[in-house]
Amino acid sequence: MTHRLRFVPFRLLQAIPVVFGVTFIVFFMAHLLPGNPALALLGNQATPAKVAALTTSMGLDKPLWLQYLLFLGNLLRGNLGDSLSYQEPVLGLVLNALPVTLLLVCYALVLSLVISIPLAALAAARPGRMPDHSVRTFTLLGQGMPQFWLGIMLILLLAVNIKIFPVGGYGDTALDHLYYLFLPALTMGIAMSPTVIRSLRSSMISVLESEYIGTARSKGAAGAELFRVHVLRNAAIPTVSIVGVNLGYLVGGSLIIEHVFAIPGLGSLMVNSIFARDFPMIQGVALFVALFVVIVGILTDIVYTLLDPRVDLSTKAAA
Amino acid sequence: MTTPTAALVAFKQRRAKTRSIKAWYRNGTLMSGIAIVGALVLIAVFAPVIAPYDPIEQHLSDALQPPNWQHLLGTDKFGRDVLSRLIWGARVDLRIGFLAVLIPFVFGSILGGIAGYFGGWLDTVIMRIVDIFFAFPFYVIVIALVFVLGSGEASIYLAIAAVSWVSYARIVRGEVLVAKQQDYVAAARLGGFSNARILVRHIGPNVLSQAIIYGMSDIVMDIMAIVTLGYLGLGIEPPTAEWGGMIADGQEFITTLWQQATIPGLAVVVTSLGLSLLGDGISDLISPERRK
Repeated sequence: MTHRLRFVPFRLLQAIPVVFGVTFIVFFMAHLLPGNPALALLGNQATPAKVAALTTSMGLDKPLWLQYLLFLGNLLRGNLGDSLSYQEPVLGLVLNALPVTLLLVCYALVLSLVISIPLAALAAARPGRMPDHSVRTFTLLGQGMPQFWLGIMLILLLAVNIKIFPVGGYGDTALDHLYYLFLPALTMGIAMSPTVIRSLRSSMISVLESEYIGTARSKGAAGAELFRVHVLRNAAIPTVSIVGVNLGYLVGGSLIIEHVFAIPGLGSLMVNSIFARDFPMIQGVALFVALFVVIVGILTDIVYTLLDPRVDLSTKAAA
Repeated sequence: MTTPTAALVAFKQRRAKTRSIKAWYRNGTLMSGIAIVGALVLIAVFAPVIAPYDPIEQHLSDALQPPNWQHLLGTDKFGRDVLSRLIWGARVDLRIGFLAVLIPFVFGSILGGIAGYFGGWLDTVIMRIVDIFFAFPFYVIVIALVFVLGSGEASIYLAIAAVSWVSYARIVRGEVLVAKQQDYVAAARLGGFSNARILVRHIGPNVLSQAIIYGMSDIVMDIMAIVTLGYLGLGIEPPTAEWGGMIADGQEFITTLWQQATIPGLAVVVTSLGLSLLGDGISDLISPERRK
């Protein structure tokens, strides 16, 4: 088993230039701001003394590559600058908000699978028939809805008209969190499900047509057992990479959904920073989210290999 | 001898029937897509004629009316007619959605074509840059860029172009890698044509169909992005009618005037549904063998 994970060090090496690129883009964004970056970063708290201090610490009087190295040096020391609106280091604020967003994303992923697996199975069981068409309609509608609007509609339906769920917030206890996060997670789950359903459906169809399913049937496997042991596991493999790619999309969506439901995660932090014109905060959130996506990409490859004994990324990475 | 023949005839008839059903369904997809998108484009183009009121002019004394015969969808907090704003919003959202696809399509296809055709270090460099941009979730980088670049349509185009070229580059590169192994490319090389000519004249037309198909779904993504930016108050400046901004305005009054947040969202759903159907239809026309 372990020799198949030989590719992991290679994969980590591959990720290094991406991480550098990500930091460079985040660094460079400050230079796209109109005017002096130090002035823009300080916003309305800019005093000549503060601007001068920031200019030296960012090295704005030095060439761009040196500024970038200074930025990297600050990053390595965990210094992401100070938030303008909170008057606190960005890193602490981001780290406080991160678990909330992670919980929301995982919750949404689970709900998305709970929605997608049965619908994909329903559609794949008889391609081209009525259930298949209904599922297709669902996916078409699902991908055509702005996520934040779906969230507002669910609030309208399940929090305002029928008062089952809270309008927003995060709650205090662990159980509270799950209750408060249900609607936002459901929103994100529904938004993600069209992609998952489409991938699962087509791989289920090809699995159902394969010879080993015929063999399993002839040995007497049927119903739920056939589905779980033989169909789902094999059909899940290509879907894992689709889910991995879309987790980034899910995180992106979570930023706006958190704003809609007033959940104190990275998204609210980012949206509030937009309203407060708090650039260091936006930079910090963008950086963390991008790093998260890079990590998820690596994890996806690992899960992919572990799920499917036939996949061997080692040879590919070594080549 | 009659039985096998009869069976064959029946089989052929059945096949012909399923094929015609499929053909109808394909056409149906394309036709309904054309109908929906066509209707929306007409509404957008003739907005000044169709809209019953000015979308921007404020009538504070008529603010926050529920739907009635003067204002079919009611009025917002500034007394502006919601229906008129909805119609004018189609103009903004559709125009930006369609235009925003063009730059990344051209730019990404060219870079992807070069990377795939020449390979080597050029390919490595371009694809590493693509990987970097893929690490940022679409919304995060679009929101951050529009924030940095400031409000206005130009920022939206730039921000979307900066992120979405990577998808075209990936698609076109993959197609070029396959196409350059084909005999016709070898023949063109033997004919002594320049690389640029082979890439543009010979490979180009054969690989762009996938990018076009992707482009159709990309319009939907872009409209989602524009609406999301509008909802967050970024991009399009306030008095201009835009669906995302209208949803944000309506959300304030969700408990009393629920239709104000609901209907602009429905407009987005109908638009993306029409574009998806159109895209599927076009994809069937261009490459029917790819459909599963």
